[in-house]
Amino acid sequence: MSFYVASSPHHHLRRSTADLMRLVLIAMIPGILAQWYFFGWGVILQLALAIAVALASEALCLLARDRAPSSGLRDYTAVVTAALLAVSIPPLAPWWIIVIGTLFSIVVVKHLFGGVGQNIFNPAMAGYVLLLISFPVQMTSWLPPSSLTELPGLWDSILVFLFGFTGEGFSLEQIRRVESGTLLDAIVMATPLDHIKTELAQGFTLSEAKSAPIFSGAAGMGWQWVNAAYLLGGLFLIQQRVITWHIPGALLGSLGLFALIGALIAPDHLPNVDIHLLSGATMLAAFFIATDPVSAATSTRGKLVYAGLIGVLIYVIRTWGGYPDAVAFAVLLANLCVPVIDQYTRPTVYGHREERS
Amino acid sequence: MMDSEYQTLTRDGLWENNPALVQLLGLCPLLAVTGTVTNALGLGLATMLVLIGSNLTVSLVRNFVPKEIRIPVFVIVIATFVTLVELLMNAFTYGLFMALGIFIPLIVTNCAIIGRAEAYASKNPWPKAAYDGFVMGLGFAFVLVALGALRELLGQGTLLDGAEMLLGEWARDLRIQLIQFDYPLLLAILPPGAFIGMGFLIAGKNWLDARRQRKAAQSPVVKAQRARVTTVN
Repeated sequence: MSFYVASSPHHHLRRSTADLMRLVLIAMIPGILAQWYFFGWGVILQLALAIAVALASEALCLLARDRAPSSGLRDYTAVVTAALLAVSIPPLAPWWIIVIGTLFSIVVVKHLFGGVGQNIFNPAMAGYVLLLISFPVQMTSWLPPSSLTELPGLWDSILVFLFGFTGEGFSLEQIRRVESGTLLDAIVMATPLDHIKTELAQGFTLSEAKSAPIFSGAAGMGWQWVNAAYLLGGLFLIQQRVITWHIPGALLGSLGLFALIGALIAPDHLPNVDIHLLSGATMLAAFFIATDPVSAATSTRGKLVYAGLIGVLIYVIRTWGGYPDAVAFAVLLANLCVPVIDQYTRPTVYGHREERS
Repeated sequence: MMDSEYQTLTRDGLWENNPALVQLLGLCPLLAVTGTVTNALGLGLATMLVLIGSNLTVSLVRNFVPKEIRIPVFVIVIATFVTLVELLMNAFTYGLFMALGIFIPLIVTNCAIIGRAEAYASKNPWPKAAYDGFVMGLGFAFVLVALGALRELLGQGTLLDGAEMLLGEWARDLRIQLIQFDYPLLLAILPPGAFIGMGFLIAGKNWLDARRQRKAAQSPVVKAQRARVTTVN
C-alpha cells in the first residue's frame, strides 16, 4: 500500500488557467454591456477585432517558438488581454489602433518575455501606453455618453471604425460634437476626468467644472454606471474566488484615502472621492487589470503594498500628471516594483520564526 | 601575424565586441540622439574622431604616464579631442551642432572611449591603437545609424531627413520619404522607442550569432562570458 504525498501548494479546488480566464471574461460582461449602452457599438467592434488579432498573433508566436498553438489558444489569456485593451480605448478609434496595440501586447510584451506567466508587465496596459503616447489624438477621442447625444448606429459605427466616416460623410470629430444650447455653439465632448483637468488648468473651480452637462450624475454621466458595472463583475470574481479582496481593496482604499485628504485640503481644486472612484478606469483597474496574477505581487502582504502603490500613483498622476487618467502608467510603474515588493514580503515558512534584523 | 591582429581588431570592433551592442557602453548618447539618421551619423562620426585621436595619443604617451595618474591623463586627452571636435562642428556643421546640443560635450563621458584607452590603447603601439579607435568608432557609429534609421523610419517615414545639416546644401536631396504616415508612431521618436529599438537590435545580433553557431555545429562550443561581472550578494 502506498501513500501518495502531494507537494504544495495544497489547493482544494483544482482550476486551470482557462477556467479562471473564462470567469474573468464572464465578469467583464456587465461592464462591456454598460459601455455598449452608453458609448455605442464601437466597443463591440473593438472587442471583435482585438480578439481576432490576439488569437492570430498568439498562434503565430507559439508556432515561431515551436510550441503547439492549440494549447496556448485554449487558455484564453490572449482573449483576456485583448478584451482589457479593447474596453480601454475610445470606442470609435480607427481599426489600426487596436491592431497595433494588440500586436504589441501579445508579441512584444507577452511572448518576447517568455509567454504565459513570464511577462513582467501587464500586456494590455503596456499596449495601451504604447498607443496613448504614440497616437494621443485618437486615444483621447471618447464619444459623449448616449444620454447627451445620438450615437451612430451599428452600420455607421462600422463605417467610422473602418474608414473614419459615417455613411453621410460625418467624421469622428463631427460625431463627437454635442449641440449645447445654440446650434452654432457645438462643443467637443471630453471625458469627465479630461474635462476637470482642462477646466482646472484654465483657472475654474471644481464646482464650475462640474456644472457641465456631462456631470449630471455623481461622477460623470455614463462613466459612473460603467464603473458600477465593472464593480459588479469584480464582486462576482471575488465571490468565485478568482481574485482575493486584497488588491481591489488596497487600490480603492489608498486612492479613496488620498482623494479624501486632497478634497479636505482643497475642496474646490481637487476632485472628491466619488469622482476618483467612479470615473475613468478605476473599477476596471481595481478588479481586472491590477489583479493580473502574473504581473502582480505574489504574497498577501505584497498584494496590499502593490495595489496601495497603484492607488497612490493613480491619484498623483491624475492630479499632477499630464494625462487625465493614469491607470495604465500606475500599473506599469507598480509592475516594475513587483520584484522588490516580492523580495521584502516573502511569507515566513511555517515553523520558522520571522527574523528581525 | 600583423594581419591577423588587425583582422581580430576589425571583427571585435564591428561585431564580436561592438561597443554598443555587446559592451553596452555609451548608451546615453546612443539612446538620446538617434531620433534621425543625420543626428546619429553626426554623433557617430564625432565619437569616432575622438576615439581615434584619444587612442593614438594615449598610446603615444603610455610609457611616460605613471600608472597612478593614468585616468586623469586619459580624461584630459579625451577632453581635448572632444573640444576640438566640438569647435569643428560649431564651425562647419552649425545646424547639427545645435541639434545635438549637450551631447557633443558629453562625448567626453562616453565610457566606450575611456574604456578603449584603458583596455587597449594604454598597452599597445600607436598604429594598432589608432586602428582600434577607428573600428570601435565605426562599430559604434554603425549601431547609432542603424537605430537612427529604425526610429526615423517608424517615427517619420523618412530617412536622412536634415542631412544638409551635416553634409552641406547638396545633401538636401538625400532625404527619402519612404512611407507617408498620416499618424506616425510617435513612440519610436520618444525615449522609450530608443530603448525598445535598442533591445531589438541586440536581440537581432544575438539571434544572428545563435544561428551561425547552430550552422557551425561541429566547431567547439564557446562558453558565454560576461563583459562585466557584477556579483550578487
